[in-house]
Amino acid sequence: MAAQETSQSAIFRHAFGNVLSFTVLLLIGVMAFSIRLFSVIKYESVIHEFDPYFNYRVTQFLTKSGVYDFWNWFDDRTWYPLGRVIGGTVYPGLTLTAGTLWRILNSINIPLSVETVCVFTAPVFSAFASWATYLLTKEIKGAGAGLTAAALLAMVPSYISRSVAGSYDNEAVAIFALIFTFYLYIKTLNTGSLFYATLNAIAYFYMVCSWGGYTFIINLIPMHVLLCIVTGRYSPRLYIAYAPLVVLGTLLAALVPVVGFNAVMTSEHFASFLVFIIIHVVALVYYIKGILTPQMFKVAVTLVVSVGMVLCFAVLAVLIALVASSPTKGWSGRSLSLLDPTYASKYIPIIASVSEHQPPTWPSYFMDINVLAFLVPAGIIACFLPLSDASSFAVLYIVTSVYFSGVMVRLMLVLAPAACIMSGIALSEAFDVFTRSIKFHLVGTTQNPQENAGDATKVTQNDVKSEKSEDTVKERSSRKSKKKDKENIEKPSLVSRVEKRLLVLPLETSVMAVFLVVLLGAFYVVHCVWAAAEAYSAPSIVLTSRSHDGLHVFDDFREAYAWLSHNTEVDDKVASWWDYGYQTTAMANRTVIVDNNTWNNTHIATVGTALSSPEKAAWDIFNSLDVKYVLVVFGGLVGYPSDDINKFLWMVRIGGGVFPHIKEPDYLRDGQYRIDSQATPTMLNCLMYKLSYYRFVETDGRGYDKVRNTEIGKKHFKLNHFEEVFTTHHWMVRIYKLKSPRNRIRGKTKRSKSQKSGTSKRSTRKKNPWQ
Amino acid sequence: MGKSATTRDVHALFHSLRSAYAATANHLKIIDLYIFFAIATALIQVAYMAIVGSFPFNSFLSGVLSCVGTAVLAVSLRIQVNKDNKEFKDLPPERAFADFVLCNLVLHLVIMNFLG
Repeated sequence: MAAQETSQSAIFRHAFGNVLSFTVLLLIGVMAFSIRLFSVIKYESVIHEFDPYFNYRVTQFLTKSGVYDFWNWFDDRTWYPLGRVIGGTVYPGLTLTAGTLWRILNSINIPLSVETVCVFTAPVFSAFASWATYLLTKEIKGAGAGLTAAALLAMVPSYISRSVAGSYDNEAVAIFALIFTFYLYIKTLNTGSLFYATLNAIAYFYMVCSWGGYTFIINLIPMHVLLCIVTGRYSPRLYIAYAPLVVLGTLLAALVPVVGFNAVMTSEHFASFLVFIIIHVVALVYYIKGILTPQMFKVAVTLVVSVGMVLCFAVLAVLIALVASSPTKGWSGRSLSLLDPTYASKYIPIIASVSEHQPPTWPSYFMDINVLAFLVPAGIIACFLPLSDASSFAVLYIVTSVYFSGVMVRLMLVLAPAACIMSGIALSEAFDVFTRSIKFHLVGTTQNPQENAGDATKVTQNDVKSEKSEDTVKERSSRKSKKKDKENIEKPSLVSRVEKRLLVLPLETSVMAVFLVVLLGAFYVVHCVWAAAEAYSAPSIVLTSRSHDGLHVFDDFREAYAWLSHNTEVDDKVASWWDYGYQTTAMANRTVIVDNNTWNNTHIATVGTALSSPEKAAWDIFNSLDVKYVLVVFGGLVGYPSDDINKFLWMVRIGGGVFPHIKEPDYLRDGQYRIDSQATPTMLNCLMYKLSYYRFVETDGRGYDKVRNTEIGKKHFKLNHFEEVFTTHHWMVRIYKLKSPRNRIRGKTKRSKSQKSGTSKRSTRKKNPWQ
Repeated sequence: MGKSATTRDVHALFHSLRSAYAATANHLKIIDLYIFFAIATALIQVAYMAIVGSFPFNSFLSGVLSCVGTAVLAVSLRIQVNKDNKEFKDLPPERAFADFVLCNLVLHLVIMNFLG
């Protein structure tokens, strides 16, 4: 009877737990979605930044023309005159996902526009990502840790920064795919089922489709397999988890056009093949060990070791020769810059110039993962008691992602799920101990009599320890509770190993500790909501500022693109620095010379050289590229700091990297970059200076630049080869047209002009690779 | 003296290997035969590529990887079906075979797409 009742109450508790988990997960999903809506509420439902505009344009094309046209699309409105093979150079996962969503919604008569679907894809997938985190952490530690980790991930600012509503970029879908692939891998590892292995390969395929960061997965999983083998945790489940993934995964990765044969030929994938071979060798060794007697096995080992070593060295030598023959040892530039952080600044200035690729500062860790930064070590310790395959994977994941996030600030995004998992485990274990203590003190004496006897001995031991912990509580109660968490986790672990039973703490300590941990969580939530609302919701295409007379909205970018789309011919080419390429093609619908894809360094260097050269030389270069309009961004009137004059030195460096007549020291006075009266003549004569500051003195009479905080050097000058056609309301975007060459040249200057044009023709021949 | 000892050891080793292998169940031996067939086909394809050249590379890759893939999946099936494996004793062999078929289906679907 009693057994039946307890089993019934166990069933009830189970059912109640399941319903509670489901409700909590639903609420977590809703929270993940809503916290990312600040940008829509504060500004409008608009696509942010630069890269999302390209993805939006591709999605528009997909929904209009269908999958086959998208797959074979050659875009001739960008990188003029080269064009770009969109089908072969874009990661199609995001656009196909959004396109499918749009299709499904339209087919069930919910007529959302493509823009709306694109804007809200990221929040929807962040809800999915938090559910995937729940599943992954449940496999590692249990449902409680899973729920905590999911709640933490839904709010972590690092993930919010790349997945607000409107940030329609690859990471929006890719982080979900990453966590889901890891979940399926761990699930296969835990169950040994080939079904989950198949699902794992399919999820990995989705990840390859979505983001270039898939190389992280295909290197982390082999590393983990190697770790398991080396620490003696080889099991048949490990083989089933890894080997089918490698074969299927390589094939599926090769299916995606942007990866293609790189899946078998670049060094990023070699680790997986190497470990594939190693795991087969290990499996064979274990098999033979299983069917032979120990003496025979020893004989076999000596025989194989002597013969196999020679073979192994031969194969290894061939492989090393193959890999060393390529200059970058087979790694791509971006991967190399991850392994050797100084590589990009030495060899590839374009990669080094992107602000996302800089190493992060210490404050950015606290801004982006906040409280989790010091809960992670507690989680790592909790993973070791007990150590299982899944928790060793979690530890490896956090260690590698911490290293990579230290190299490139953009990869803080990969650290976020790992930090959430670890912190979820830590918090869950802490709560476990505290609530168990409270329950024991409040209800323990009336329930199981056998446990009571054992607990009595524990309680006396605890009294000794509790005095110590109470002292420490009194000392540190004013401080953060993290130290208490760590102490409490360490103490139970020691005692539990000795006694192999559950430890309880005194009642007051536990209650206080629960309260403090909840307070910690509250601080985290407040910070996350603040970060989402204030720091990460800006769409970058619309700027706002508060002054004493209210809120100013700077909508200059869209003003300029709208002007372009209404006042120029459809086939006119627009030249600007590569930052604005995607926005120009998406919003103004004009052909551009260079855009954010930055795949052709020489082309960008040509544009950079043109912007750094004097007017006539620049006109020649632009004319050879059929450019009609030049667009510059200027922030001097309103104090917008990310304008082209601030980026100008990068233009010089990139241009100078390909065309040696552009030298950076020519633009610096005593090593300092200035645009005031002390600037060098090369600087004051270059096209960028002239296009930015043309007629600037008319605004306030002195030409005071609010970003550089000085008056400009050359104030009154005329443009001979360009004419200004449009300047936006706050002078933030300025558009110039190339003047057509004069019909006839006046008689007196003809000879000298022809001499000059002769020399300039020769030098332009050097400058112009297209003539 | 030492040499004859080692050759005697090697002979004993091979003998014990052969006898231990002969003791395995029949259905496992069938799976082993299938694995051997798949690997042999892969090796033949690699030899052919070495003679004729690797164009078109995607066909070569899909051919070799399909052989290697079926071999790997057959090894997984053998692991799951082998009664000596304690970890899989509550897995019914029908379920193992169904998973094997499913994974093969996915593999060959991808192969057919990639074959060109």
